[in-house]
Amino acid sequence: MAPETIEPTAPPLRAPSPPPTDRPLHTLPAPFTSSNLEVLTQGAEALVYKSVFLTPHTPCVVKYRPPKPYRHPVLDRRLTKARLLAEARVLVRCKRDGVDVPGVLGADWEGGWLVLEWVEGKTVRGVLDGWAERGAGEKEGILGLMERVGLAVGRLHEIGVCHGDLTTSNLMVRVPEKKAEVQEQNDELEGDIVLIDFGLASHSTQNLQDEDRAVDLYVLERAFAATHPKAEPLFKDVLSAYGESFKGARAVLKKLEDVRLRGRKRSMLG
Amino acid sequence: MIALGLEGSANKIGIGIISHAPSKPPVILANLRHTYNSPPGEGFLPKDTALHHRAWVVRLIKQAIRQARITIPDIDCICYTKGPGMGAPLQSVALAARTCALLWDKPLVGVNHCVGHIEMGRSITGAENPVVLYVSGGNTQVIAYSANRYRIFGETLDIAIGNCIDRFARTLMIPNDPFPGYNVEQLAKKGRHFVELPYAVKGMDASFSGILAAADVLAKGLDESLPEEKRLRTEEGELVTREDLCFSLQETIYAMLVEITERAMAHVGSKQVLVVGGVGSNERLQQMMGMMARDRGGSVFATDERFCIDNGIMIAHAGLLEFQTGVATKLEDSTCTQRFRTDEVYVGWRE
Repeated sequence: MAPETIEPTAPPLRAPSPPPTDRPLHTLPAPFTSSNLEVLTQGAEALVYKSVFLTPHTPCVVKYRPPKPYRHPVLDRRLTKARLLAEARVLVRCKRDGVDVPGVLGADWEGGWLVLEWVEGKTVRGVLDGWAERGAGEKEGILGLMERVGLAVGRLHEIGVCHGDLTTSNLMVRVPEKKAEVQEQNDELEGDIVLIDFGLASHSTQNLQDEDRAVDLYVLERAFAATHPKAEPLFKDVLSAYGESFKGARAVLKKLEDVRLRGRKRSMLG
Repeated sequence: MIALGLEGSANKIGIGIISHAPSKPPVILANLRHTYNSPPGEGFLPKDTALHHRAWVVRLIKQAIRQARITIPDIDCICYTKGPGMGAPLQSVALAARTCALLWDKPLVGVNHCVGHIEMGRSITGAENPVVLYVSGGNTQVIAYSANRYRIFGETLDIAIGNCIDRFARTLMIPNDPFPGYNVEQLAKKGRHFVELPYAVKGMDASFSGILAAADVLAKGLDESLPEEKRLRTEEGELVTREDLCFSLQETIYAMLVEITERAMAHVGSKQVLVVGGVGSNERLQQMMGMMARDRGGSVFATDERFCIDNGIMIAHAGLLEFQTGVATKLEDSTCTQRFRTDEVYVGWRE
């Protein structure tokens, strides 16, 4: 190794300025106009709006995947079309096989939109945050909720569907209908679990591997750990309900142990 | 307080000296680095890299101290990279750190390499609580801070993104100097045709090994000695070039990174992204990340190569933050480890 001159690096003067942050307005494709829409969330993939379907009293969700300016147009079209169609197909199958999901009312893969049934309720994430803020009590209610989460995910896996992005934000607790008007705090622990956002879902009747199911659970486990430190211990209750939910669930739990160990640079001690 | 930082987890040896004063921004007194480059078509081997670090560590420390205009008694602690990284280079630098600590009777602080990158990035850019994308030759992680830990939201399921780029550079016999990713980026700027490659995102995780394999197969079709009909062509029938493949690889894998980062931002509700690590110095990645952040009404923070690429300053900085909370590493515990998760570190210096 020949000695080379070492170039000293000077201290920085100031941070590089972040790029401008004024957000461009997405124009929605026909037949939607911005006037009858209310933005619900901006997910990673899609803008989600609340609108009405057929009658002014039937609320619905419009899920619009705008073109991503950072992606190469060829890649962008390919991903948008594949994901939108996959999502619609999986939702239809779930609905048919008795998994509680929002139904598909309409779709256009060139335009990048999907119209779905409205779900009245809160996300599990929101419910858990509220529960943690109230002091993490109400043992019975929260354990019941975790059990229903485990059963819902188990039913999904039983029919051969993997969610692909199973986080606590993608699980909703439906408000029991009769109580929609007068809601008490504990009620939010009572409703049915509805799975939403199947944008990364996959379905297969034969080939669905325990591996994919286990990765689903692993993603959910990390979502519990990452977002709600207080909710982390609850995940074992989700798993135990899942383990009873269908034939083959035990094998998935076994696989989950392998998946956990595979995270990179995980300590050799466990 | 002044800290000396020693970094050598991969093919760069970095020596940095930083000074912290209460309620003032940290001052960088010296930031020196020397890189071991292997010939084109080869990666750096641990034993050769360790030899390189051993050959350079003494003169770099001497020069850093001279440049900082300090004397040995001014130094409060010696920080070194405990892991993660390659074993042999880590050991050679840890040995140097222990030697200095005994020679000068200074406390030691073992630092997690990833936490070093994050803390340096935060300090340089002023980003308060960003989602961090840490991308380098050995690591690919999407990280967010919560309750005294840097928690990993998404990561690679197999090889690191930098490793994918470096190995593709080896396939095309692209030089390793100054670093393969830089040379791939320069070629990609001249690429015109987008060749489709696999796209592998699973939730907030990504996988790169299949893409590398596919790109390597495509690269075989570039060989000029092949008969005309066997050479790789676009759908329009034009010949695909090295530049096109570099361009397509970058477009695909960076789109994956931006996507998993965006998903993590949506999940934690953050509007800031901080990109750190060697691959973070790629201008195309910074540009794509900027477009994504702008669409979300947020902003992206990135640093230049002085702080993106492994350096001693980040180790000194993160080590000193930890030292100020009263934590030091005992001599008998001053080991190093190839496996050291980002979320194992208790971050006592943040609220």
